[in-house]
Amino acid sequence: MSAYNTNEMMTVAAARRLGNGSVCFVGIGLPSKAANLARLTHAPEVVLIYESGPIGAKPSVLPLSIGDGELAETADTVVPTGEIFRYWLQGGRIDVGFLGAAQVDKYGNINTTVIGDYHQPKVRLPGAGGAPEIAGSAKQVLIILKQSHRTFVDKLAFITSVGFGEGGDHRKQLGLPGAGPVAIITDLCIMEPEEGTNEFVVTALHPGVAREQVIENTGWQIRFADNVVATEAPRAEELEALRALEARTAAAHGQLGGEE
Amino acid sequence: MAELLSLREAVERFVQDGDTVALEGFTHLIPTAAAHEIVRQGRKDLTLVRMTPDLVYDLLIGAGCAKKLIFSWGGNPGVGSLHRLRDAVEKGWPQPLEIEEHSHADLANAYVAGASGLPFAVLRAYGGSDLPKVNPLIKSVTCPFTGEVLAAVPSVRPDVTVIHAQKADRKGNVLIQGILGVQKEAALAAKRCIVTVEEIVDDLQAPMNACVLPTWALSAVCLVPGGAHPSYAHGYYERDNRFYQAWDPIARDREAFSAWIDTYIRGTADFAAYRAKLAQQEAN
Repeated sequence: MSAYNTNEMMTVAAARRLGNGSVCFVGIGLPSKAANLARLTHAPEVVLIYESGPIGAKPSVLPLSIGDGELAETADTVVPTGEIFRYWLQGGRIDVGFLGAAQVDKYGNINTTVIGDYHQPKVRLPGAGGAPEIAGSAKQVLIILKQSHRTFVDKLAFITSVGFGEGGDHRKQLGLPGAGPVAIITDLCIMEPEEGTNEFVVTALHPGVAREQVIENTGWQIRFADNVVATEAPRAEELEALRALEARTAAAHGQLGGEE
Repeated sequence: MAELLSLREAVERFVQDGDTVALEGFTHLIPTAAAHEIVRQGRKDLTLVRMTPDLVYDLLIGAGCAKKLIFSWGGNPGVGSLHRLRDAVEKGWPQPLEIEEHSHADLANAYVAGASGLPFAVLRAYGGSDLPKVNPLIKSVTCPFTGEVLAAVPSVRPDVTVIHAQKADRKGNVLIQGILGVQKEAALAAKRCIVTVEEIVDDLQAPMNACVLPTWALSAVCLVPGGAHPSYAHGYYERDNRFYQAWDPIARDREAFSAWIDTYIRGTADFAAYRAKLAQQEAN
């Protein structure tokens, strides 16, 4: 087994959550990388849908933008962007929404809009994109992002896309069709919503990661599930597929895959 | 019937100060040449609508053409921030920019509603999101049949839409292929529509069910090869990823940006001259 880094662990752990044959609405950047890794390893029949219009995209390299030409060329069909959101997402045909985030809180709510006051922003982020409705309407949601004090915060300045809102049954009260986020996958661990409170707690630690590291890199008082399991280290075939994908991407674009 | 015009004449005639303008194209077929021409002609006080402002609106905002931006995702794809957009929002340079912010699903539906001649769009959206708190135009409507509360947003109905496409025939019928984004909806939602194309041909040879915009639904068709650069035109050229990266340091600095548009846009007569100057600079 070759050595691996924490980013590779994160991507592999996220890819494993996608079942073969599931229909996945993919965000650009880390979600796209993990979803394509899943397609190239254990889930060859996963259906990847990008908001620009491709349905069933099978890119050989990671797209830099959400509408790269290869997504269209390799797709089963390409439909208008309005149709993606109207028929396929709102119509209830998406099993998994796969999202990145700038910041996340303990209830899996996502901020991609602004740091500081909305009208006097400290940092203006890109904004919503497709995420609010993916978070609402996909049957379940996976969130992938690197863990730090700045990204895992106690209180979001702005909720762009909802997870469990204020926790408990708040999401149910909002009347959203999808079940919400089922996991947050980071470079340190996997968090899942605790039954009842729907607060995200650590359920798996990646190999070599101590609890203290997770605590230090979380902006709220992170809790651990009663039974925390150890994430299986990346297998040789997973690492090979991931590195080959990244090498093809770098050769094609002269840079790594895009981050939304 | 669309007139076959130069881009200069089309912008002179169909884009006015104070207009609501949509330059659409979802990462594909972004009408860059038209944005340049709007800068050259010094249009002011535009309300710009676009799902992904991208480099074209960073340019128009930094050049002082815009008073308001309606959008749903404002980044430089694969690179990072749109610095001119951020500078306008955060620091009010070169002038304050009012923003009206939506989600993609919302704006896509709003274009569909605009093309459908409806005053608003209805969709299942924004549950639990803070966006409706900062955008008072995001409202709700109760379904008269089921009682479900749904989001209601005003339709997008631009004074003028500009899109780029692969080809037109000599009558001005336009064929678009590949990722379509909201181009068709944006074209049909607008009072006037300018289409720039890669080439003009005798016969579109459009397959059945292809996306064809008939000439009688358009105002002008302009031949502008390469007019979507640095985005791509499927079947003609690929996305220029290096340009997107090179834009970051240009747009990051006010002086560098101003010098760049003075040299490359205000300092060139048209898009062909711009391309020649850019090629010359890249060769050096």
